[in-house]
Amino acid sequence: MSNAHAQADQHAHGHAHEGHDHHGPEKGWRRWVFATNHKDIGTMYLLFSLLMFFVGGSMAMIIRAELFQPGLQLVDPMFFNSMTTMHALVMIFGAVMPAFVGLANWMLPLQVGAPDMALPRMNNFSFWILPFAFTLLLSTLFVPGGASAGGWTMYPPLALQTGAAFPMTIFAIHLMGASSIMGAINVIVTIMNMRAPGMSLLKMPMFVWGWLITAYLLIGVMPVLAGAVTMLLTDHYFATTFFEAAGGGDPVMYQHIFWFFGHPEVYIMILPAFGIVSEIVPTFSRKPLFGYDSMVYAIASIAFLSFIVWAHHMFTVGMPLAGQLFFMLATMLISVPTGVKVFNWTATMFKGSISFEAPMLFAISFLFLFTIGGFSGLMLAVVPADFQYHDTYFVVAHFHYVLVPGAVFAIMAAVYYWLPKWTGHMYNMTLAKTHFWLSAIFVNVLFFPQHFLGLAGMPRRIPDYNTQFADWNMVSSIGAFGFGLSQLLFAYIIFSSIRGGAKASDKVWDSGTPQGLEWTLSSPPPYHSFETAPEVK
Amino acid sequence: MLKIVKYAAAGLAASLPAASARAAWELNMPVGVTELSRDIYGLHMLIFWVCVVIGVLVFAAIIYSVAKFRHSEGAVPATFDHSTKAEVIWTIIPIAILVAMAIPAAATLVKIEDTRDSQLTVKVTGYQWKWHYEYLDQGVGFFSTLARTSDAARQLDSGIDPNSVPNYLLEVDNPLVVPVGTKVRVLLTAGDVIHAWWVPQFGMKKDAIPGFVNEIWFRADEVGIYRGQCAELCGRDHGFMPVVVDVRSQEDYESWLDAQQQAAAGQQPATAQVIDSAAATVAHAE
Repeated sequence: MSNAHAQADQHAHGHAHEGHDHHGPEKGWRRWVFATNHKDIGTMYLLFSLLMFFVGGSMAMIIRAELFQPGLQLVDPMFFNSMTTMHALVMIFGAVMPAFVGLANWMLPLQVGAPDMALPRMNNFSFWILPFAFTLLLSTLFVPGGASAGGWTMYPPLALQTGAAFPMTIFAIHLMGASSIMGAINVIVTIMNMRAPGMSLLKMPMFVWGWLITAYLLIGVMPVLAGAVTMLLTDHYFATTFFEAAGGGDPVMYQHIFWFFGHPEVYIMILPAFGIVSEIVPTFSRKPLFGYDSMVYAIASIAFLSFIVWAHHMFTVGMPLAGQLFFMLATMLISVPTGVKVFNWTATMFKGSISFEAPMLFAISFLFLFTIGGFSGLMLAVVPADFQYHDTYFVVAHFHYVLVPGAVFAIMAAVYYWLPKWTGHMYNMTLAKTHFWLSAIFVNVLFFPQHFLGLAGMPRRIPDYNTQFADWNMVSSIGAFGFGLSQLLFAYIIFSSIRGGAKASDKVWDSGTPQGLEWTLSSPPPYHSFETAPEVK
Repeated sequence: MLKIVKYAAAGLAASLPAASARAAWELNMPVGVTELSRDIYGLHMLIFWVCVVIGVLVFAAIIYSVAKFRHSEGAVPATFDHSTKAEVIWTIIPIAILVAMAIPAAATLVKIEDTRDSQLTVKVTGYQWKWHYEYLDQGVGFFSTLARTSDAARQLDSGIDPNSVPNYLLEVDNPLVVPVGTKVRVLLTAGDVIHAWWVPQFGMKKDAIPGFVNEIWFRADEVGIYRGQCAELCGRDHGFMPVVVDVRSQEDYESWLDAQQQAAAGQQPATAQVIDSAAATVAHAE
């Protein structure tokens, strides 16, 4: 530990010295293109993610518009399949993951008392890959044959029927993977080496813990995804037969490899969210987080279990009985640490002194709605029942409950929590609360009926359906349009807070008791954050 | 609670002028017509109620805390930050519930996997975008594709109201015909990409994978026509390859089978030709 402290000191002094050479950021475009500052890069990540949130959201609007009523009114089935595929890729790799990386960039140095991220130039590289990756991915919408339409999971042999978009999509995924791995390395190095003196691992803020474990998951599984899609590429162009039965391969092997990446990926998108909620709930309950140690162990156990449950995504492929039982039990087991987290958040609020600013509203609704997503997850773990649920709208409802009012609400909570710290301006709280209520109501109108549709027998990824599904689809689409439109308010609140507004104090939440080093700095914080390392007792 | 939702939904449905068709506003999984589907439905409802009970308790605790300990009403925060006893309790109780859930689930799973002693075997092959059914011991085989009425109505801007088409998208030209009360083993494979064969009323779905054979079984207890769809994304017309199973009495099934076998034997050239070309396509694809 003392070694790390010495390094942290060295870094702090090194940057303090630099600080005298050039004061503040470069002027104009150079500040952004050559950015090495964690806050500038964090801002770019967050704005990029916001843009992708609207791009992916527009695709969702096309999907819900086509599904508004039975019959095909707007788009060709092939384009519909492209929309479901691209919506998923854009939202996962373009919106949710970069948003968390952006939050990590902004907050990790502030929370561990460092002047910047450990590897600023790699930080620049990992961000600037993304605009190119997504330009490439989105340009496939205009190539012959259209964008990938085999689902974001790209199961062969179907994925091999993709036209010119195929190698472009795969290269875009490789780029995103490289960007994620670099981001993860940066997070680990920063947390391990640049913590303020006295901040032992079990004194770190929960957001830091969530991200540390997420970063290891990223390094563990992004190369697996890269391997899987590379094998697809060689199957398509270099006459290999990894996934082709006629050549001795196995299409199901792809699914095993893909979900070995895919399940930890699910937790990559939720563990930082757990960290965020664990920051916000204590602040606005004015009471320390209940069971800090068990919260850390719960995240670690979830991360471990995430590596041994992948086949629950593919119970219908025909596995041996023993395999099905193992993956059912392992999956059910995940609900234990997840339950501990929900109980601990509740216990944090119990006997607190709760106020309901926008971040807290999002955090509380996260508690309710993520738990609902957890329940449907538990139901899906029961293999015989999964034979009915699998590949229906019940699954769509399940993962959207954990991803939208789960991950996305946590991101919004984080933005509302730290935005005044970033910009130095308090945003319009009434508007933010309006945004919350609109989002929270419409997200349920949008996704709750999808449980019913799935149970009644509507498969996912279909552009048209029998008239018995018409009513709930219409309700769901109305919810989707409402939810989509409400997000314009989110963008407006963010940009008007960047432009101006009431001056935020250092602690921002004066009525609360925000813990953590970020609240000891000015709002906005100085360009090089902590030029001398703070002491943590 | 589900009942209240159901009544509310029914009331809402009744108040809407356009509330159409059967099973509109449907909320739950069908109980189905096989032993397995009833077992699965039972498991589904069991875990659903377990979740409801846990949900009510947890949500009540959150709502109580939110309502009771409000800063605006001068609540003074306590300072406790852990309780080993509470944490041990809420780790152990969920584990006990899970074990209790896993036992009946495992028992049902064992039953599902037991395909022995079947009385009829049908090989189902998925193609983009139709099914081929082959009665292995009876020498009968045919393709099953989306009915023409549905196919006409589902074209982009067809101008045909789907509500005017009976069983829109869930009707085929040649359904799979099986006898009632018979253990039918279904062997699943595919000729091009992965498909999944699913009839919700039978409780089962399984992937049809090119180059591999999966098996499931069902024994329908009631005569009737049961409808489902392909459940694994298989390309452009994934949404347009329904599964229809016509469960008939033993006599009706046998007379149907006779007619099919005679047709296959060449006594009715027109139909036989269709089946021959179908078989040729299968042979080619394989």
